[in-house]
Amino acid sequence: MFTAKKGRLAVMGVVAIGAMVALAGCSSSDPLKSGSTGTASAGTIAIGSQAYYSNTIVAEAYAQALENGGFKVDRKFNIGQRSVYLPELASGEIDLIPDYSGNLLQFYDANTTATSEADIEKALPSVLPKGLRVLASSAATDQDTYTVTKAFSDKYKVTSLSDLSKVTDPLTVGANAEFQTRPYGIPGLKSDYGVTASLKAIADSGGPLTVAALKDGTVQLADIYSADPSIKANDFVSLKDPKNMILPQNIIPVADSKVNSKAAGIIEKVNAALTQSKLIAANAESVNDKKSAAVIAKAFLKDAGIVK
Amino acid sequence: MNYFSQTVAFLFDGANWASTSINPIPVRIGEQLWYTLLSLVITAIIAIPLGFYIGHTGRGRTIAVSVSGGARALPTLGVLTLLALLIGIGIGAPIISFVVLAIPSVLAGAYSGFESVDRRTIDAARAVGMTEWQIVTKVEIPLGLPLLIGGLRSATLQIVATATLAAYIGAGGLGTYIFLGLGNNDFSQALAGSVLVIVLAIVLEIVFSIVQRLVVPAGVRAGRSTSTRAGATRSRAVVGSPLQEGNK
Repeated sequence: MFTAKKGRLAVMGVVAIGAMVALAGCSSSDPLKSGSTGTASAGTIAIGSQAYYSNTIVAEAYAQALENGGFKVDRKFNIGQRSVYLPELASGEIDLIPDYSGNLLQFYDANTTATSEADIEKALPSVLPKGLRVLASSAATDQDTYTVTKAFSDKYKVTSLSDLSKVTDPLTVGANAEFQTRPYGIPGLKSDYGVTASLKAIADSGGPLTVAALKDGTVQLADIYSADPSIKANDFVSLKDPKNMILPQNIIPVADSKVNSKAAGIIEKVNAALTQSKLIAANAESVNDKKSAAVIAKAFLKDAGIVK
Repeated sequence: MNYFSQTVAFLFDGANWASTSINPIPVRIGEQLWYTLLSLVITAIIAIPLGFYIGHTGRGRTIAVSVSGGARALPTLGVLTLLALLIGIGIGAPIISFVVLAIPSVLAGAYSGFESVDRRTIDAARAVGMTEWQIVTKVEIPLGLPLLIGGLRSATLQIVATATLAAYIGAGGLGTYIFLGLGNNDFSQALAGSVLVIVLAIVLEIVFSIVQRLVVPAGVRAGRSTSTRAGATRSRAVVGSPLQEGNK
């Protein structure tokens, strides 16, 4: 009995030490980075996408337009976070990815003072790693918004973030956990608009749970992306941001040298056709009608006259 | 600095323990423990009587085994999301999904505890005139206790680890550090949350092993394999029945 106890303690100790060694071995490399997937073969453009359905639709549209233009394409979709795919882009494992302008700039320059889309796009080329460039952006933007219900907006006559200080009831924001620390999150609300709010961390990035919490009044404000079809579907009101606290997030392709000028021309044509309403419509087809990215992208390109 | 030393620094930074912090560690640990205990109590209220009934009567065993086996395969994140959409954000949805997660272990522990009791012991109890109720309370429950507690132990471990998902729908707990860390690429914070969960799990294991020693009757413990192994095997042969029945 006694020895059995001691033995168990010893096993626990060994496991604990083993874990420490393993953790220490992690060092400071990115634990979420997947193993190398190998560089795409010459002449093929490897297109990546975020693990976000809307981004994948845009990436798929680029892919189909490029294929239509005679390019060979390798789809490496659903890569995940910026900290994973941007290094892959720099190392040539992918050659092209649709990104979002404000967050892209902040990734390379956390202290940027640029707040307008024009300033952001002016600042981007100088911060990108060597060999990477951005192509002409789309007018469509998919950025964080503070969104309220129509009833809330009417009751307090709130249409802009600067109106929020008039609201006397306590305010709770439903958003991802990182909203607690982001400059456009709870801290920005306080410093830019003088509004004190608490966070209800809901980890589905403005998805159905966040929408449900806004509808049932658990939260008064929700961070829902501007291209999300649920805003229109529920008659929500996205509050204006007169002080440009939230960075614009226009869709902007990042490319390496494998994307030649002909390919860039095709991608920029797709971007020119991709308006805000087209993007929302495409997202709605994915969310409401459960269509695949390939089907949605094809219909969009046909409609725009880019493919036949 | 690597992630591990940053994690240690995070855990030993007094500011993270102070109540002025956005996520004070004691508060989050308290939430994690509260969700674990609440789910465990609800699970016990549902699964233990049901398991005893199945174990005593043998009825419904096939259904219980297949249903609880199926429930084990349910992804808790899916259950949680579905419930939160139905009943809203709050602690209701996470608690129900943790109960669904924990029921199979406790149920299995309860009925297999009863089944582990030697049939001859039960026959003997019946032969000396015990009522069915007495057989349950004086024979089957005490003798089946070690397996039941084993079931509760593994259920606790599963809940305390899975309770990190409460943070997915804003109910706090130690998952807060994990989600916040992942969202901000602050992996040392995510790791700190995980380390706290591991520590909590080990502490609960130790508590359970103490409880197990306290509640299992001395007579039952004497009959357990560990103590027979510790005792001299030869003396047992002498004490045991000299009439071998050939099937043992």
